[in-house]
Amino acid sequence: MPIHNAKFTSFGSYVPKKVITNFDLEKIVDTTDEWIRARTGMMERHYAEPEEAASDLAYIAAQRALEASPLKHRDIDMIIVGTVTGDHAFPSTACILQKKLGMKNIPCFDLSAGCTGFLYSVDVAKNFIENGTKHNILVVGVEILSKVTNFKDRSTCVLFGDGAGATIISRTERNDISRIIDSVMYADGSQSDLLYQPAGGSRMPASQETVEKNLHTIYMEGNRIFKNAIRSMYAAVDELLRRNKLEAKDIDWIVPHQANIRIIESLADKLHFPMNKVIVNIEKYANTSSATIPIALDEAIRDKKIRRGDLVILTSFGAGLTWGAILARF
Amino acid sequence: MDSEAIEAKVKQIIMEKLNVEESEIVPSANFIEDLRADSLDTVELVMAFEDAFQITIPLEDQDKLQTVGQAIDYLKEKLAS
Repeated sequence: MPIHNAKFTSFGSYVPKKVITNFDLEKIVDTTDEWIRARTGMMERHYAEPEEAASDLAYIAAQRALEASPLKHRDIDMIIVGTVTGDHAFPSTACILQKKLGMKNIPCFDLSAGCTGFLYSVDVAKNFIENGTKHNILVVGVEILSKVTNFKDRSTCVLFGDGAGATIISRTERNDISRIIDSVMYADGSQSDLLYQPAGGSRMPASQETVEKNLHTIYMEGNRIFKNAIRSMYAAVDELLRRNKLEAKDIDWIVPHQANIRIIESLADKLHFPMNKVIVNIEKYANTSSATIPIALDEAIRDKKIRRGDLVILTSFGAGLTWGAILARF
Repeated sequence: MDSEAIEAKVKQIIMEKLNVEESEIVPSANFIEDLRADSLDTVELVMAFEDAFQITIPLEDQDKLQTVGQAIDYLKEKLAS
């Protein structure tokens, strides 16, 4: 048994101002609004400006999460940033965010788990709270995917957007109904080549050739990921439900990773869960990787869809492959 | 499960998943070109076969199932082994 309970205290999010519609993409690449909508459910996405980096988006989202909480900057005793598009290869975006927030003497690190980065980060934070090491952890999911998008690949370039979502995870009293109840996290590295960025690391350092061949961009075998995504998220949610002696009908909301509306619908169908209790905002932001779930949660709470006391499941999958699910009472 | 039962079940799944008439489901019918499926429909079809027949169709085999006939033959062979 954990010594303490952990809960989500507050959320904040931010997306860059520039909106790119499907019609805008029609001018850049051989695609149509109809094709994109039918296959993905996406209509718009937001792109960062050339001078905007991940920490800039993360900073605004983090400030909003802090403002929505009763906490002060000095109360935060750890920062975890889930991202695959940080400001630099090193140092971590979490350290740059720490500087911007003016926080001192706390551990800060990034966590790389593809689109599951936010859930992995929440799971790590939950453990630090439960074992009594930390009190209030700032967790951010942030991506600037527009800067690693291959605009010569019409099957993937329409899918991605930029954004940041932040939450504060805090120690809570035993009698507080709000808490993060349970989590499952998995990976299958044998399928790491289905979704990756080939160049820019030690396997294939940047060179004139890697730039010319567009290898610093996202490579994805979408059709293969599609099946993995549905099967893995279903298995993770099913495991959480069984272990906690719950049925899908006991759950108030499911907040899935926003990668493709058809993945979300297929998952809901398999779980026999009504789509009107699934949080979807893919039409506005497309896939912002580790930022999709915290942005969706922030909006759902501000729109008064998710309320205190609601039982919620978060689930995601992504590069690695990684996947997982979290059960929480808000 | 005998051959005829497999065929009937495959046809039923295709009808439901792709919203097509039974008369269109002939062995030579290509899912994408003739039955108006898109690439994600074909993956959903494979998943429906997996669920219905309680089997796993490996990723590398997915591309072999392009027509109704190929799907029926593949599933018959898979279920016989």
